[in-house]
Amino acid sequence: MTVKAKLFSYNLLDTPIHELSGLTKLICFLLLTFAVMFSYDIRVILAVMVFSFIVLKISRIKFSQIRLMVIYVLIFLVTNAVISFFFSPEEGVKIYGTRHNLVAIYGGMYITWEQIFYQVTKFFKYGSVIPLGIIFLLTTNPSEFASSLNRIKVNYKAAFAVALTLRYFPDVQREYRDISLAQQARGLDLSHKAKFKDRFKNALMIIIPLIFSTLDRIELISNAMDLRGFAKNKTRTWYTTRRMNRKDFIALAISALIFISTILISVFINHGRFYNPFI
Amino acid sequence: MKDLFKVSTRTIVATGLGAAIFTLLFMYVKVPSPIPETSFQTAYGLGAFFATLFGPIAGALIAFIGHALSDAIQYGSPWWSWVIASGVAGFVFGFAFKRTKVELGEFKGKDILTFNIIQVIGNVIAWVIVAPVLDILIYSEPVNLVFTQGITAAIMNSVSAGVIGTLLLIAYAATRTKKGSLSKE
Amino acid sequence: MEKQAVIEFQNFSFQYYSQAEPTLHDINLKIYPGEKILIVGPSGSGKSTIGHCLNGLIPFSYQGEIKGSLKINGLETKNLDIFRLSKMVGTVLQDSDGQFVGLTAGEDIAFALENDNIPHTEMHARVGKVAEMVDMQNWLTSSPFELSGGQKQRTSLAGVMIDDVDILLFDEPLANLDPATGKTAIEIIDDIHQASQKTIVIIEHRLEDVLHRPIDRVIVLEEGRIIADMNTHDLVSSTILKETGIREPLYVTALKYAGVRVTSDTLPGHITTLNTDLSRQALTTWHKTIIKQDWRNTNPSILKMEHVYFSYDGKRQILDDISFDIREGEMVSIVGKNGAGKSTLSKLLCGFEKEDRGTIYYRGEDIKDKTIKERAEIIGLVMQNPNQMISKPMIYDEVALGLRLRNVPEDEIAERIEKVLKICGLLPFRNWPISALSYGQKKRVTIAAILVLNPKILILDEPTAGQDFRHYTEIMEFLVEINKLGITIILITHDMHLMLEYTPRAIVLAGGRIIADTAASVVLTDSQVIAEANLKETSLFHLAQLAGISDGTAFVQGFIDYERELKDR
Repeated sequence: MTVKAKLFSYNLLDTPIHELSGLTKLICFLLLTFAVMFSYDIRVILAVMVFSFIVLKISRIKFSQIRLMVIYVLIFLVTNAVISFFFSPEEGVKIYGTRHNLVAIYGGMYITWEQIFYQVTKFFKYGSVIPLGIIFLLTTNPSEFASSLNRIKVNYKAAFAVALTLRYFPDVQREYRDISLAQQARGLDLSHKAKFKDRFKNALMIIIPLIFSTLDRIELISNAMDLRGFAKNKTRTWYTTRRMNRKDFIALAISALIFISTILISVFINHGRFYNPFI
Repeated sequence: MKDLFKVSTRTIVATGLGAAIFTLLFMYVKVPSPIPETSFQTAYGLGAFFATLFGPIAGALIAFIGHALSDAIQYGSPWWSWVIASGVAGFVFGFAFKRTKVELGEFKGKDILTFNIIQVIGNVIAWVIVAPVLDILIYSEPVNLVFTQGITAAIMNSVSAGVIGTLLLIAYAATRTKKGSLSKE
Repeated sequence: MEKQAVIEFQNFSFQYYSQAEPTLHDINLKIYPGEKILIVGPSGSGKSTIGHCLNGLIPFSYQGEIKGSLKINGLETKNLDIFRLSKMVGTVLQDSDGQFVGLTAGEDIAFALENDNIPHTEMHARVGKVAEMVDMQNWLTSSPFELSGGQKQRTSLAGVMIDDVDILLFDEPLANLDPATGKTAIEIIDDIHQASQKTIVIIEHRLEDVLHRPIDRVIVLEEGRIIADMNTHDLVSSTILKETGIREPLYVTALKYAGVRVTSDTLPGHITTLNTDLSRQALTTWHKTIIKQDWRNTNPSILKMEHVYFSYDGKRQILDDISFDIREGEMVSIVGKNGAGKSTLSKLLCGFEKEDRGTIYYRGEDIKDKTIKERAEIIGLVMQNPNQMISKPMIYDEVALGLRLRNVPEDEIAERIEKVLKICGLLPFRNWPISALSYGQKKRVTIAAILVLNPKILILDEPTAGQDFRHYTEIMEFLVEINKLGITIILITHDMHLMLEYTPRAIVLAGGRIIADTAASVVLTDSQVIAEANLKETSLFHLAQLAGISDGTAFVQGFIDYERELKDR
């Protein structure tokens, strides 16, 4: 009963973003993500980020829904920044081809403006995909996801595997919790206190029952699917497909525009993926 | 050889459920390693196990979907470079499909070796080649950083896939022993 | 002209490649259009295999050797593929959770249409129409987690009816349902039969529950052969049920106890058709001769809950002011429909969850501060599915696990395991791989693995789920043995027979509250409790009414006392 009825805290709100079809959102998500993954221009990245924060606002996602994700991402980004600097303090100089020293640190090492610029750009480059992903996840009905994948030409069997994952994840999660508790009652210690060589064995005490009861279900579910004609044709239709309307085309146009502009800026203005303010 | 890529309904169901378990293990079941702040991902052991039973397509999709989904739940968006690398690892693991006698109830000596050679190759390709190259291409990460990370990941995930995968396959083989000669008492 | 059979087995045999012997021998059976057939038989009799042959899973998914002929609608099934067969035979599988592949009810009902590339608009129209037939039209956007077991089954039913099949095959439709939902399921099947005149084949071992509504013929299978093909009245009057180990309806058992000769001219196939003109006297006399037994246990308290409250989210109260007192050596059942709070209750007892308010006492001592591990040494929990507990390949290691994790020396472990394996009747298998065991034996292994920790109380979640009468009796008699050793047993169950036969006392939960804590005979004859807990009135009560015995509850209790005395003798 603790298990959430739906995988993500997707809930049906009456916003323009929720009204878009799953297919539209998937394509927009991919276009915008590819744009920021391709571009190394902080102006483009920040523009997309501001845009996605506006969309986040429109889709009425509350901070409390995403707080945990934001914390995880920040931890990741800060760690990455520190390690990056530690491994390659001259990376910025290498990329931008100039050197503007800011402060000297240790043994002829400098913090350079180039390094700071490179790392700040990277920070936002990583960070900018997060709001996009969050919008997509929290406003898309999981039921529409598989059909959308199929409509962007992902093989329908693979798309259906994704639907099955979403369908059975809560089941697996509940079973995992039950098994884990039952094994703890028998004395299983999952903490760091266990000796290293026991840790794998202990994890297996939960994984084995979980997997073997799942293997039984695989047979059952595939029988059920065969009996109702799964995979008998080269294509299939989807109950959850939504018809595209004007709003969908507007959203697609905006995303395509952003994507194309990104490419054009790289080709004609930056003459490469990087924006270089140092020359 | 073409059997390796055959996709039946059972393969699809195994993929869907396998990815669900992968997601769960990826988030919750990590084995702390002796090095502080690092842990073994038991999910790769599971991935290698399913790939050996159901083939490269299932292996690739399980790791890809599972990794992408757990990233999405935890971070809000998948980190594509590593998600793709996971998929590649799962794909290569799948070459152990039909190369061992595990379905016949035997998984010892030579089979263990075959399985482990394949899984190590998979992990090396994924983490020492695919993931670092993508990180450099997409994020211009420092070369020495991504390769250090990649080599560490390859070692850690090989240990995980090796230990967990091998033990799971042995346990699975044990459940197959008696088939073929069932008779009522 | 002879009517054309819709299903026709001719000298049909089948042997799985993995088996040394054929599972079906020389089956000859004709089923005509519009008939409603029940196939019964103990586990391993081949009744599921017949189902697999009808829907094409044999030979599509399960390979083996087929001899003889099986024709459906005049077509030889060997020459058809599973997809063409599935357009003629619709199958509702026993595990409605496993069969529910869609993320919502609507998607699941549409599944077959999606695979047929039916266009979107037509699909929605057809789903809407079928959903109405099974009364699911208001739940189309609900996920399986929001639906009850009965609703999931109705979704499955809609999912196969959407193809307008000629034959509906139900594979153990009652297995996972509580008594009231099971009763409704049988009614829905009957209503569809009446309305559509489809041919219906039900495979089930819970005979009495299926006979809630009329059945044209019952086929009895044993060891892969058809040993009977007759109407319900003849079957119930014969000795076949006893010989094959299928439980006869309880009211028939009561008639026999009362010395009444059950013959087919009294129409005993259904309690509603039963003629009691000649048996009334015998029943009344028998009822009077039964010596009343006192089921109340007056031992000191072993486990007590006092005003316990619990909620997962702080909003919805899962347990609401729960108080009860279980005494040393009792065997109690906890019943109630899904979501009534039964499993949560056991989780609190084991320390998996912490109560918000209230106290739990073990022998008068508050156990609030005991960890999960410490509580396991007092209260052992056995989960429903043994596969969810077993993590070692060998029996010995599985049972030793809890002790090894507690760093008990190996020689003491060996000693304790020997003792517990002996109790559980597993000593001869000590060094066997667990995979070689039957379901019931696996269940024993999981019980042994818990018993080895010497708990004083054992909680079992649906210990007999999905078991036929023989295995059910085996498991329950084993629990009685353990109970006699002084271990208190708490059973979480839907099974009304189990309550009646084995647990003198039943605690009934509904909506997180205890609505009854009394004798099983009282619970199963109190219409209000029955309705709230999704139970079903026992047919014994009905029989008492037919016989003009005014105190039906006393009659039911008399039956229990009589049976217990028979057993103890």
